Amino acid sequence: MNSKSAMSPMSPTGATSLRAAVLPGEGVHRIHWVPGTDRLLAVCFCGAEREFEDPVELWDWLLTHPGTEPSAHDGIVLRHSRRDPS
Amino acid sequence: MTSFIRNQWYVAAYAGEVGRRLFSRTVCGEPVLLWRTEAGVVTAMSDRCVHRRFPLSQEPSHLDGDRVVCGYHGFTYGADGVCVGVPGQQRIPRTARLSVYPVVEQDSFVWVWIGEREAADEKLIPRAPWLDRPGWTVVRGMEPLAARYGLLVDNLLDLSHETYLHGGYIGTPEVAETPITTEVDEAAGIVRVSRHMDDAACPPFYADSTGIEGRITRWQDIEYHAPCLYLLHSRIAPAGTPPPDVDGSDPDAFHVEVVYAITPETEGRTHDFWAVARDFALDDAEVTDFLRENNRTVVLQDVVALDVLEQALAAEPDGCQELSINIDTGGLAARRILARLREEGARRGEPAAR
Repeated sequence: MNSKSAMSPMSPTGATSLRAAVLPGEGVHRIHWVPGTDRLLAVCFCGAEREFEDPVELWDWLLTHPGTEPSAHDGIVLRHSRRDPS
Repeated sequence: MTSFIRNQWYVAAYAGEVGRRLFSRTVCGEPVLLWRTEAGVVTAMSDRCVHRRFPLSQEPSHLDGDRVVCGYHGFTYGADGVCVGVPGQQRIPRTARLSVYPVVEQDSFVWVWIGEREAADEKLIPRAPWLDRPGWTVVRGMEPLAARYGLLVDNLLDLSHETYLHGGYIGTPEVAETPITTEVDEAAGIVRVSRHMDDAACPPFYADSTGIEGRITRWQDIEYHAPCLYLLHSRIAPAGTPPPDVDGSDPDAFHVEVVYAITPETEGRTHDFWAVARDFALDDAEVTDFLRENNRTVVLQDVVALDVLEQALAAEPDGCQELSINIDTGGLAARRILARLREEGARRGEPAAR
Protein backbone atom coordinates (compact mmCIF):
# COMPACT_ATOMS: atom_id res chain seq x y z
CA MET A 1 0.00 0.00 0.00
CA ASN A 2 3.02 2.27 0.18
CA SER A 3 5.01 1.52 -2.94
CA LYS A 4 4.69 4.87 -4.68
CA SER A 5 8.24 6.00 -4.16
CA ALA A 6 9.38 5.00 -7.65
CA MET A 7 6.58 6.87 -9.40
CA SER A 8 8.11 10.31 -9.60
CA PRO A 9 5.78 11.85 -12.23
CA MET A 10 2.75 11.06 -10.15
CA SER A 11 1.20 13.01 -7.37
CA PRO A 12 1.34 11.71 -3.80
CA THR A 13 -2.33 10.78 -4.03
CA GLY A 14 -1.68 8.34 -6.83
CA ALA A 15 -3.33 10.53 -9.43
CA THR A 16 -1.72 11.79 -12.60
CA SER A 17 -0.09 15.16 -12.58
CA LEU A 18 -2.79 17.79 -12.03
CA ARG A 19 -2.04 19.44 -15.36
CA ALA A 20 -1.71 16.32 -17.49
CA ALA A 21 -2.34 17.05 -21.17
CA VAL A 22 -2.40 14.52 -23.97
CA LEU A 23 -4.72 15.71 -26.73
CA PRO A 24 -2.70 17.90 -29.09
CA GLY A 25 -5.40 20.16 -30.55
CA GLU A 26 -5.46 23.92 -30.07
CA GLY A 27 -9.08 24.06 -28.98
CA VAL A 28 -8.96 21.56 -26.13
CA HIS A 29 -10.88 22.05 -22.91
CA ARG A 30 -9.33 20.32 -19.91
CA ILE A 31 -10.97 19.41 -16.63
CA HIS A 32 -8.80 18.18 -13.79
CA TRP A 33 -10.21 16.55 -10.71
CA VAL A 34 -8.28 18.28 -7.94
CA PRO A 35 -6.66 15.45 -5.95
CA GLY A 36 -7.89 15.05 -2.42
CA THR A 37 -10.93 17.24 -2.99
CA ASP A 38 -14.34 17.08 -4.62
CA ARG A 39 -13.54 20.02 -6.84
CA LEU A 40 -13.00 20.16 -10.59
CA LEU A 41 -10.62 22.62 -12.20
CA ALA A 42 -11.81 23.75 -15.61
CA VAL A 43 -9.14 25.08 -17.96
CA CYS A 44 -10.16 26.70 -21.24
CA PHE A 45 -7.82 26.74 -24.22
CA CYS A 46 -7.90 30.54 -23.98
CA GLY A 47 -6.17 30.38 -20.60
CA ALA A 48 -9.16 31.05 -18.37
CA GLU A 49 -9.64 28.63 -15.49
CA ARG A 50 -11.96 28.19 -12.54
CA GLU A 51 -12.86 25.57 -9.95
CA PHE A 52 -16.30 23.99 -9.63
CA GLU A 53 -18.11 21.40 -7.59
CA ASP A 54 -20.76 20.68 -10.23
CA PRO A 55 -19.81 19.42 -13.71
CA VAL A 56 -22.96 20.89 -15.27
CA GLU A 57 -22.11 24.38 -14.02
CA LEU A 58 -18.54 23.76 -15.09
CA TRP A 59 -19.52 23.05 -18.68
CA ASP A 60 -21.87 26.02 -18.79
CA TRP A 61 -18.96 28.23 -17.77
CA LEU A 62 -16.39 26.63 -20.07
CA LEU A 63 -18.59 27.20 -23.08
CA THR A 64 -19.82 30.71 -22.31
CA HIS A 65 -17.23 32.41 -20.16
CA PRO A 66 -15.72 35.68 -21.28
CA GLY A 67 -12.16 34.88 -22.29
CA THR A 68 -9.31 36.69 -20.65
CA GLU A 69 -8.20 37.30 -24.21
CA PRO A 70 -11.35 38.14 -26.17
CA SER A 71 -9.78 37.00 -29.42
CA ALA A 72 -8.67 33.65 -28.01
CA HIS A 73 -11.89 31.95 -29.04
CA ASP A 74 -11.81 33.35 -32.56
CA GLY A 75 -10.96 30.89 -35.25
CA ILE A 76 -12.02 27.87 -33.26
CA VAL A 77 -14.58 26.42 -35.60
CA LEU A 78 -16.62 23.80 -33.85
CA ARG A 79 -16.95 21.42 -36.70
CA HIS A 80 -16.35 17.73 -37.07
CA SER A 81 -13.62 18.55 -39.49
CA ARG A 82 -10.55 16.37 -39.19
CA ARG A 83 -9.06 13.33 -37.64
CA ASP A 84 -5.59 11.93 -37.72
CA PRO A 85 -5.39 8.65 -39.61
CA SER A 86 -2.84 7.02 -37.32
CA MET B 1 -37.33 13.37 -37.37
CA THR B 2 -35.08 10.77 -35.79
CA SER B 3 -32.33 11.12 -33.25
CA PHE B 4 -29.77 9.42 -35.48
CA ILE B 5 -26.58 11.28 -36.21
CA ARG B 6 -26.26 11.21 -39.98
CA ASN B 7 -23.31 11.98 -42.20
CA GLN B 8 -21.01 9.85 -40.10
CA TRP B 9 -19.10 6.59 -40.43
CA TYR B 10 -20.40 3.63 -38.45
CA VAL B 11 -19.14 0.10 -38.00
CA ALA B 12 -21.65 -2.21 -39.68
CA ALA B 13 -19.82 -5.51 -39.23
CA TYR B 14 -16.55 -7.24 -38.59
CA ALA B 15 -14.73 -7.94 -41.84
CA GLY B 16 -14.96 -11.66 -41.09
CA GLU B 17 -18.75 -11.52 -41.02
CA VAL B 18 -19.00 -10.41 -44.65
CA GLY B 19 -18.35 -12.90 -47.41
CA ARG B 20 -20.07 -14.59 -50.32
CA ARG B 21 -23.25 -14.91 -48.35
CA LEU B 22 -25.81 -12.09 -48.32
CA PHE B 23 -25.59 -10.47 -44.91
CA SER B 24 -27.78 -7.75 -43.44
CA ARG B 25 -27.40 -5.37 -40.56
CA THR B 26 -29.54 -2.35 -39.72
CA VAL B 27 -27.59 0.85 -39.08
CA CYS B 28 -29.34 4.04 -37.98
CA GLY B 29 -32.65 2.49 -38.98
CA GLU B 30 -31.46 1.61 -42.49
CA PRO B 31 -31.23 -2.09 -43.46
CA VAL B 32 -27.84 -2.51 -45.14
CA LEU B 33 -27.01 -5.50 -47.34
CA LEU B 34 -23.33 -6.47 -47.19
CA TRP B 35 -21.49 -8.95 -49.40
CA ARG B 36 -18.16 -9.45 -51.15
CA THR B 37 -17.65 -9.54 -54.89
CA GLU B 38 -15.78 -12.47 -56.40
CA ALA B 39 -12.68 -10.26 -56.18
CA GLY B 40 -13.23 -9.94 -52.41
CA VAL B 41 -14.36 -6.31 -52.35
CA VAL B 42 -17.01 -5.45 -49.74
CA THR B 43 -20.16 -3.79 -51.07
CA ALA B 44 -22.97 -2.18 -49.11
CA MET B 45 -26.42 -1.42 -50.47
CA SER B 46 -30.03 -1.22 -49.41
CA ASP B 47 -31.42 -4.53 -48.19
CA ARG B 48 -34.79 -3.90 -49.82
CA CYS B 49 -35.72 -4.76 -53.40
CA VAL B 50 -37.06 -1.69 -55.21
CA HIS B 51 -39.98 -3.74 -56.49
CA ARG B 52 -41.94 -4.86 -53.43
CA ARG B 53 -39.37 -4.15 -50.71
CA PHE B 54 -38.49 -7.80 -50.17
CA PRO B 55 -35.32 -8.13 -48.04
CA LEU B 56 -32.52 -9.17 -50.35
CA SER B 57 -30.76 -10.90 -47.47
CA GLN B 58 -33.71 -13.26 -47.14
CA GLU B 59 -33.52 -16.62 -48.85
CA PRO B 60 -34.16 -17.59 -51.56
CA SER B 61 -32.48 -14.29 -52.53
CA HIS B 62 -28.93 -15.16 -53.53
CA LEU B 63 -25.73 -14.13 -55.23
CA ASP B 64 -25.16 -15.10 -58.86
CA GLY B 65 -21.54 -14.17 -59.49
CA ASP B 66 -21.39 -10.45 -58.71
CA ARG B 67 -25.13 -10.01 -58.97
CA VAL B 68 -27.83 -10.08 -56.30
CA VAL B 69 -31.00 -11.88 -57.32
CA CYS B 70 -34.13 -11.07 -55.32
CA GLY B 71 -35.74 -14.25 -54.06
CA TYR B 72 -39.26 -12.95 -54.52
CA HIS B 73 -39.60 -11.95 -58.21
CA GLY B 74 -36.06 -12.15 -59.55
CA PHE B 75 -35.07 -8.47 -59.78
CA THR B 76 -31.32 -8.62 -60.32
CA TYR B 77 -28.76 -6.00 -59.26
CA GLY B 78 -25.08 -5.42 -59.95
CA ALA B 79 -22.46 -4.56 -57.36
CA ASP B 80 -23.14 -0.89 -58.03
CA GLY B 81 -26.79 -1.36 -57.02
CA VAL B 82 -28.09 -0.80 -60.55
CA CYS B 83 -30.84 -3.19 -61.62
CA VAL B 84 -29.74 -5.28 -64.59
CA GLY B 85 -32.71 -7.59 -64.95
CA VAL B 86 -36.43 -7.63 -64.22
CA PRO B 87 -38.85 -10.51 -64.76
CA GLY B 88 -40.87 -10.89 -67.92
CA GLN B 89 -39.84 -7.75 -69.79
CA GLN B 90 -36.90 -6.20 -71.59
CA ARG B 91 -37.24 -2.63 -70.34
CA ILE B 92 -35.65 -1.92 -66.98
CA PRO B 93 -37.19 1.09 -65.24
CA ARG B 94 -34.68 3.93 -64.92
CA THR B 95 -35.32 4.26 -61.20
CA ALA B 96 -34.62 0.59 -60.55
CA ARG B 97 -31.46 0.90 -58.49
CA LEU B 98 -30.57 0.21 -54.89
CA SER B 99 -29.13 2.91 -52.69
CA VAL B 100 -25.46 2.10 -52.18
CA TYR B 101 -23.43 3.10 -49.16
CA PRO B 102 -19.80 4.22 -49.14
CA VAL B 103 -17.97 1.38 -47.43
CA VAL B 104 -14.42 0.97 -46.11
CA GLU B 105 -12.76 -2.11 -44.68
CA GLN B 106 -10.22 -1.05 -42.07
CA ASP B 107 -8.77 -2.38 -38.81
CA SER B 108 -10.92 -5.54 -39.12
CA PHE B 109 -14.11 -3.46 -39.24
CA VAL B 110 -16.48 -2.76 -42.11
CA TRP B 111 -17.39 0.92 -41.91
CA VAL B 112 -20.38 2.36 -43.75
CA TRP B 113 -21.29 6.01 -44.26
CA ILE B 114 -24.85 6.91 -43.34
CA GLY B 115 -25.85 10.15 -45.03
CA GLU B 116 -25.13 12.08 -48.19
CA ARG B 117 -22.64 10.14 -50.29
CA GLU B 118 -20.71 13.17 -51.46
CA ALA B 119 -19.80 14.04 -47.89
CA ALA B 120 -18.16 10.67 -47.18
CA ASP B 121 -14.44 11.10 -46.50
CA GLU B 122 -12.41 8.01 -45.57
CA LYS B 123 -9.91 10.15 -43.70
CA LEU B 124 -12.57 10.85 -41.06
CA ILE B 125 -12.65 7.21 -39.97
CA PRO B 126 -10.89 6.88 -36.60
CA ARG B 127 -8.31 4.10 -36.33
CA ALA B 128 -7.98 1.03 -34.10
CA PRO B 129 -4.84 -0.48 -35.62
CA TRP B 130 -4.23 -3.02 -32.83
CA LEU B 131 -7.13 -5.09 -34.12
CA ASP B 132 -5.27 -5.98 -37.28
CA ARG B 133 -1.57 -5.66 -36.51
CA PRO B 134 1.25 -8.18 -35.94
CA GLY B 135 2.30 -8.44 -32.31
CA TRP B 136 -1.23 -8.32 -30.96
CA THR B 137 -3.74 -11.06 -30.23
CA VAL B 138 -7.42 -10.13 -30.40
CA VAL B 139 -10.66 -11.52 -29.03
CA ARG B 140 -13.90 -9.95 -30.16
CA GLY B 141 -17.64 -10.18 -30.24
CA MET B 142 -20.85 -8.28 -30.81
CA GLU B 143 -23.78 -8.19 -28.43
CA PRO B 144 -27.19 -6.80 -29.32
CA LEU B 145 -28.28 -4.13 -26.87
CA ALA B 146 -31.97 -3.34 -26.36
CA ALA B 147 -31.17 0.19 -25.32
CA ARG B 148 -30.65 3.53 -26.97
CA TYR B 149 -27.16 4.24 -28.19
CA GLY B 150 -26.46 7.08 -25.74
CA LEU B 151 -26.75 4.80 -22.73
CA LEU B 152 -23.72 2.79 -23.86
CA VAL B 153 -21.77 6.01 -24.48
CA ASP B 154 -22.61 7.15 -20.93
CA ASN B 155 -21.60 3.76 -19.59
CA LEU B 156 -18.22 3.61 -21.29
CA LEU B 157 -17.21 7.21 -20.60
CA ASP B 158 -17.46 6.65 -16.86
CA LEU B 159 -15.47 3.62 -15.78
CA SER B 160 -16.16 4.19 -12.10
CA HIS B 161 -19.14 1.89 -12.68
CA GLU B 162 -16.65 -0.97 -12.94
CA THR B 163 -16.34 -1.00 -9.17
CA TYR B 164 -20.02 -1.75 -8.74
CA LEU B 165 -21.38 -3.38 -11.88
CA HIS B 166 -18.24 -5.41 -12.60
CA GLY B 167 -16.88 -6.01 -9.11
CA GLY B 168 -14.83 -9.20 -9.02
CA TYR B 169 -13.98 -8.96 -12.73
CA ILE B 170 -12.34 -5.68 -13.74
CA GLY B 171 -13.54 -3.44 -10.92
CA THR B 172 -11.55 -2.67 -7.80
CA PRO B 173 -12.18 0.08 -5.22
CA GLU B 174 -9.46 2.32 -6.65
CA VAL B 175 -11.25 2.72 -9.97
CA ALA B 176 -14.07 4.68 -8.41
CA GLU B 177 -11.79 6.51 -5.97
CA THR B 178 -9.08 7.81 -8.29
CA PRO B 179 -9.44 11.33 -9.69
CA ILE B 180 -9.65 11.71 -13.46
CA THR B 181 -8.53 14.20 -16.04
CA THR B 182 -10.90 14.94 -18.90
CA GLU B 183 -9.83 16.55 -22.17
CA VAL B 184 -12.26 17.58 -24.88
CA ASP B 185 -11.40 18.56 -28.44
CA GLU B 186 -14.70 19.85 -29.75
CA ALA B 187 -13.47 20.38 -33.31
CA ALA B 188 -12.19 16.83 -33.64
CA GLY B 189 -15.10 15.31 -31.72
CA ILE B 190 -12.81 13.58 -29.22
CA VAL B 191 -13.20 13.10 -25.48
CA ARG B 192 -10.26 11.72 -23.50
CA VAL B 193 -10.69 10.58 -19.92
CA SER B 194 -7.57 9.51 -18.03
CA ARG B 195 -7.42 7.68 -14.76
CA HIS B 196 -3.96 6.63 -13.59
CA MET B 197 -3.74 4.44 -10.49
CA ASP B 198 -0.22 4.00 -9.16
CA ASP B 199 -0.92 1.48 -6.47
CA ALA B 200 -4.03 -0.54 -7.03
CA ALA B 201 -5.33 -4.01 -6.39
CA CYS B 202 -4.97 -6.29 -9.41
CA PRO B 203 -8.41 -7.47 -10.45
CA PRO B 204 -8.73 -11.20 -11.12
CA PHE B 205 -9.34 -10.46 -14.79
CA TYR B 206 -5.76 -9.17 -15.16
CA ALA B 207 -4.05 -11.22 -12.44
CA ASP B 208 -4.99 -14.44 -14.19
CA SER B 209 -4.09 -13.28 -17.69
CA THR B 210 -0.80 -11.50 -16.95
CA GLY B 211 0.45 -13.58 -14.05
CA ILE B 212 1.12 -10.45 -11.99
CA GLU B 213 0.96 -11.05 -8.26
CA GLY B 214 0.42 -8.20 -5.85
CA ARG B 215 -0.31 -4.53 -6.34
CA ILE B 216 -0.23 -2.90 -9.76
CA THR B 217 0.10 0.36 -11.60
CA ARG B 218 -3.05 0.62 -13.65
CA TRP B 219 -3.70 3.28 -16.27
CA GLN B 220 -6.99 3.70 -18.06
CA ASP B 221 -6.99 6.23 -20.88
CA ILE B 222 -10.25 6.51 -22.75
CA GLU B 223 -10.43 8.07 -26.19
CA TYR B 224 -13.93 8.44 -27.53
CA HIS B 225 -14.13 9.43 -31.18
CA ALA B 226 -17.74 10.47 -31.57
CA PRO B 227 -20.00 9.00 -32.58
CA CYS B 228 -18.92 5.40 -33.12
CA LEU B 229 -15.45 4.45 -31.90
CA TYR B 230 -14.35 4.07 -28.29
CA LEU B 231 -10.81 3.14 -27.32
CA LEU B 232 -9.63 2.22 -23.84
CA HIS B 233 -5.85 2.16 -23.61
CA SER B 234 -5.19 -0.01 -20.58
CA ARG B 235 -1.71 -0.32 -19.09
CA ILE B 236 -1.00 -2.80 -16.31
CA ALA B 237 2.36 -3.25 -14.59
CA PRO B 238 3.66 -4.31 -11.18
CA ALA B 239 3.52 -1.36 -8.78
CA GLY B 240 6.77 0.58 -9.03
CA THR B 241 7.31 -0.02 -12.75
CA PRO B 242 8.63 3.15 -14.42
CA PRO B 243 6.30 4.99 -16.81
CA PRO B 244 6.80 4.63 -20.57
CA ASP B 245 9.91 6.15 -22.12
CA VAL B 246 9.57 9.32 -24.13
CA ASP B 247 9.88 7.26 -27.32
CA GLY B 248 6.79 5.30 -26.28
CA SER B 249 8.58 2.06 -25.43
CA ASP B 250 7.21 0.43 -22.33
CA PRO B 251 8.78 -3.02 -22.06
CA ASP B 252 7.86 -3.80 -18.47
CA ALA B 253 4.14 -3.19 -18.79
CA PHE B 254 1.27 -5.19 -20.21
CA HIS B 255 -0.97 -3.40 -22.66
CA VAL B 256 -4.58 -4.10 -23.44
CA GLU B 257 -6.44 -2.11 -26.05
CA VAL B 258 -10.18 -2.38 -25.50
CA VAL B 259 -12.17 -1.22 -28.50
CA TYR B 260 -15.89 -0.68 -28.78
CA ALA B 261 -17.81 0.30 -31.86
CA ILE B 262 -21.13 1.74 -30.80
CA THR B 263 -23.54 1.62 -33.71
CA PRO B 264 -27.20 2.62 -33.46
CA GLU B 265 -29.45 -0.05 -34.91
CA THR B 266 -32.80 1.61 -34.29
CA GLU B 267 -33.95 4.31 -31.89
CA GLY B 268 -34.03 1.84 -29.02
CA ARG B 269 -31.45 -0.75 -30.05
CA THR B 270 -27.67 -0.71 -30.45
CA HIS B 271 -24.97 -2.93 -31.90
CA ASP B 272 -22.35 -3.33 -29.18
CA PHE B 273 -19.14 -4.41 -30.97
CA TRP B 274 -16.32 -5.15 -28.54
CA ALA B 275 -12.75 -6.27 -29.03
CA VAL B 276 -9.77 -6.76 -26.73
CA ALA B 277 -6.24 -6.71 -28.14
CA ARG B 278 -3.21 -7.61 -26.00
CA ASP B 279 0.54 -7.48 -26.52
CA PHE B 280 1.45 -10.34 -24.17
CA ALA B 281 0.97 -14.12 -24.08
CA LEU B 282 0.20 -13.86 -27.77
CA ASP B 283 0.00 -17.59 -28.47
CA ASP B 284 -1.41 -18.71 -25.14
CA ALA B 285 -4.79 -20.23 -25.95
CA GLU B 286 -5.77 -20.35 -22.29
CA VAL B 287 -5.24 -16.61 -21.92
CA THR B 288 -7.16 -16.03 -25.14
CA ASP B 289 -10.09 -18.14 -23.93
CA PHE B 290 -9.96 -16.51 -20.52
CA LEU B 291 -10.01 -12.97 -21.91
CA ARG B 292 -12.77 -13.81 -24.37
CA GLU B 293 -15.03 -15.35 -21.74
CA ASN B 294 -14.34 -12.78 -19.06
CA ASN B 295 -14.70 -9.78 -21.33
CA ARG B 296 -17.90 -11.15 -22.79
CA THR B 297 -19.17 -11.61 -19.26
CA VAL B 298 -18.35 -7.98 -18.47
CA VAL B 299 -20.02 -6.79 -21.67
CA LEU B 300 -23.12 -8.82 -20.87
CA GLN B 301 -23.24 -7.34 -17.37
CA ASP B 302 -23.48 -3.94 -19.06
CA VAL B 303 -26.04 -5.23 -21.55
CA VAL B 304 -28.32 -6.55 -18.80
CA ALA B 305 -28.06 -3.31 -16.84
CA LEU B 306 -28.60 -1.02 -19.83
CA ASP B 307 -31.52 -3.06 -21.14
CA VAL B 308 -33.20 -2.60 -17.76
CA LEU B 309 -32.28 1.09 -17.70
CA GLU B 310 -33.78 1.58 -21.16
CA GLN B 311 -37.06 0.10 -20.01
CA ALA B 312 -37.05 2.28 -16.92
CA LEU B 313 -36.34 5.44 -18.91
CA ALA B 314 -38.91 4.59 -21.57
CA ALA B 315 -41.57 4.22 -18.87
CA GLU B 316 -40.84 7.59 -17.27
CA PRO B 317 -42.74 10.74 -18.05
CA ASP B 318 -40.86 13.52 -19.80
CA GLY B 319 -39.00 15.90 -17.59
CA CYS B 320 -37.52 13.52 -15.03
CA GLN B 321 -34.27 14.98 -13.80
CA GLU B 322 -30.85 13.38 -13.61
CA LEU B 323 -28.07 14.36 -11.26
CA SER B 324 -24.53 14.63 -12.58
CA ILE B 325 -21.40 14.52 -10.41
CA ASN B 326 -17.66 14.71 -10.99
CA ILE B 327 -17.38 11.26 -12.55
CA ASP B 328 -19.80 12.37 -15.28
CA THR B 329 -17.56 15.11 -16.67
CA GLY B 330 -16.47 13.07 -19.69
CA GLY B 331 -19.92 11.69 -20.31
CA LEU B 332 -21.41 15.17 -20.33
CA ALA B 333 -18.80 16.26 -22.86
CA ALA B 334 -19.67 13.30 -25.08
CA ARG B 335 -23.36 14.17 -24.88
CA ARG B 336 -22.63 17.74 -25.94
CA ILE B 337 -20.57 16.62 -28.93
CA LEU B 338 -23.24 14.12 -29.97
CA ALA B 339 -25.94 16.78 -29.73
CA ARG B 340 -23.89 19.10 -31.94
CA LEU B 341 -23.20 16.36 -34.49
CA ARG B 342 -26.89 15.50 -34.54
CA GLU B 343 -27.78 19.11 -35.29
CA GLU B 344 -25.13 19.36 -38.00
CA GLY B 345 -26.21 16.10 -39.60
CA ALA B 346 -29.85 17.17 -39.60
CA ARG B 347 -29.00 20.58 -41.09
CA ARG B 348 -26.99 18.99 -43.89
CA GLY B 349 -29.87 16.68 -44.71
CA GLU B 350 -32.36 19.51 -45.17
CA PRO B 351 -33.26 20.47 -48.73
CA ALA B 352 -31.14 23.35 -49.99
CA ALA B 353 -32.87 26.72 -50.03
CA ARG B 354 -33.78 27.87 -53.54
